[in-house]
Amino acid sequence: MITRLFPEKLTRDRYYRSLIRNMVLTIIIVSMIPMILVSSTLYLQFRKSYQEKVDDHLRELVQKHKQNIDNFLQERLTNIRLMTSRYGYDRLKEEDLLQHNLDLLKEEYEKAFVDLGVVDAQGNQKAYAGPFKLADAYYGDAEWFKDVNQKDHVISDVFLGLRGLPHFIVAVRSEVNGRSWILRATIDFVAFNTLVQNIRIGETGLAYIINRQGKLQTTPLTQTFPPAVIATDDPQELWKLMPAESNDVHVALREDKTGQDYIYAGALLKNGDWLLIYQQRASDAFADLNRSFAITTLIMALGAAAVFIMALALSRRMVMRIATADEEKHLMDEKVVETGKLASIGELASGVAHEINNPVAIMVEEAGWIGDLLEEEDFQESKNIEEFRRALAQIKTQGKRCKEITRKLLSFARKTSLSVQDIQVNELIEEIVGISAQRAKYGMVEITTRLQEGLPSIRVSLSELQQVILNLINNALDAMEKKGGKLTLSTRLQDGFVAVDVADTGVGIPAANLQRIFDPFFTTKAVGKGTGLGLSICYGIIENMGGRIEVKSTVDVGTTISVYIPVPKNEQSESNPNGKKGVAEQ
Amino acid sequence: MSLAKILLVDDEVPFVETMTKRLNRRDLEIIPAHSGDEALKKLKEHADVEVVILDVKMPGMDGIETLREIKRQFPLVEVIMLTGHATVESAIEGLKIGAFDYLMKPSEIETLVSKVTEAAAKKRQHEEKIMQARLKEITKRRA
Repeated sequence: MITRLFPEKLTRDRYYRSLIRNMVLTIIIVSMIPMILVSSTLYLQFRKSYQEKVDDHLRELVQKHKQNIDNFLQERLTNIRLMTSRYGYDRLKEEDLLQHNLDLLKEEYEKAFVDLGVVDAQGNQKAYAGPFKLADAYYGDAEWFKDVNQKDHVISDVFLGLRGLPHFIVAVRSEVNGRSWILRATIDFVAFNTLVQNIRIGETGLAYIINRQGKLQTTPLTQTFPPAVIATDDPQELWKLMPAESNDVHVALREDKTGQDYIYAGALLKNGDWLLIYQQRASDAFADLNRSFAITTLIMALGAAAVFIMALALSRRMVMRIATADEEKHLMDEKVVETGKLASIGELASGVAHEINNPVAIMVEEAGWIGDLLEEEDFQESKNIEEFRRALAQIKTQGKRCKEITRKLLSFARKTSLSVQDIQVNELIEEIVGISAQRAKYGMVEITTRLQEGLPSIRVSLSELQQVILNLINNALDAMEKKGGKLTLSTRLQDGFVAVDVADTGVGIPAANLQRIFDPFFTTKAVGKGTGLGLSICYGIIENMGGRIEVKSTVDVGTTISVYIPVPKNEQSESNPNGKKGVAEQ
Repeated sequence: MSLAKILLVDDEVPFVETMTKRLNRRDLEIIPAHSGDEALKKLKEHADVEVVILDVKMPGMDGIETLREIKRQFPLVEVIMLTGHATVESAIEGLKIGAFDYLMKPSEIETLVSKVTEAAAKKRQHEEKIMQARLKEITKRRA
């Protein structure tokens, strides 16, 4: 075969690249979209139910604590109210009884009660039982005092008060003899605070109570005391989370000033005076969810990477195979075209040869007849007699030339193989070199042979192979006609073929001609010097033998024509070239 | 007296005509025929034909078949095959069947004449041998 460069190679590379790209995209889209759809659906569903779970949990938690706290406050109020109605103003004025009652309350409720005091309508404390020296304290200006005068009972907000410690007051007003008096109790802040502080979940979950003014009523368990713990800048915002006058727990999600999401669960306490807030950073509350999301994302990413790599590798391999197949097909096509062309030309040639031969024969015979007639006496006198003779001789010569051409055409077209025999290529080459030596000497060509020892014999027609090699040698000598050079004949065994290389250092074959040298009638020799059939015939013969011819040529450097002839199967198994003789002798 | 009497068989009429003229000039007596059948008919008519010049490639009954028939019916007649290059194999086949020789078309007239002369000589030799053999037989019988 002739080695060719494909000008369309670039286009094909681009085509293969786009093929790879399309395949990769298709694989990725087809595999990733369901994966993404399934996992995101699952994730969203899971997230929703998880959030609901978290919400419910918080709701329940806050609800429970709201009840606890409300109960606590209600009970303390009941304690005081009971005391008021049981003992009355006069008896409670006695500090001994007051102290006794305080002791009883402390015993019953541990440290919830700090002190007790009886206050008259003006706000003067008439009697006091407790650890502080507050016997004559005046409460006329206190907030809770103003409130209790309107509402009969009050639970105050947390305040520092006279003693400088956070506390709050539970006070009940009753009337005796048209005069109001008030029994008040101080509730220990620490005891109350514990109720709220104990609500803690996760790292950032904490609970606190704020009043209508947005002031903290409890100390959240954290070093950073208000308002930093409150995610929102303005504590009043927290009230806005809650619909007014509702006994239910409300859960809401808000972003703080740093952009972090917080979950707030809020419930109203003390008839809507206080707001119990439980807050937790969303990322903390949904830590499990986020962790599973991270894991899912990681798996997705790894899966996507695996899919991508696999898609790329797979597509590459596929396209590589397609490319190889294409290449093979291309070569095959070319070969088929070449063979088909030569075959059809062969048929045409043999047809032409047959049909031309008879007319030529007749023409030559007619010319001969004229020649015969010219020999007669009458014409000897003609002054153009020499010219007639020359013309007839020319007709005869050209007739011979036609004959030569038809002979070559026919041997090119011949399909039936002549008698085959076992041939040692090396011996044949030595013989032919001997024949060509004379011509080579005149052409200043030095013939060298490099023959590989022990080649297996091949089964072909001797005369055909002779014709091929002689033809190649003659071509090589023609190529070196002007300057002389070196002709090297070498033989070798390659992949079950005996290869004969005929290498010259002649003028070479231009690339444009390289593709046509096997075409019948293609010649670069002067008119009449060559028929252009030599290599076609060689090609036909070698193809018939099941072999092939390859050409490598560089202009001004030389040409190497390699002929590959298959070694018969039984010869291939015998490494010893003399093995055949052994068999023949049996 | 001609050198030999010849039957020239070729489907190409102009070829036969010209060859006839040319061979006539060289003292050969030519009977033309343009097909295998005609050749056999002419052979029957002219029992004294010594050599047949037979084209291998003819429509209808081709050269080889005609040769077989001639050799069967007239074993003593010598046959020279005329052939194109494509039919060299057929010519060789012809030699096996018993043709005297073959010639490539177009061939030199002199070559043809000398071949014909040889063939005729051979035929005559054969005939002579046969004659002598018969004579011997006859003399033996008489003796």
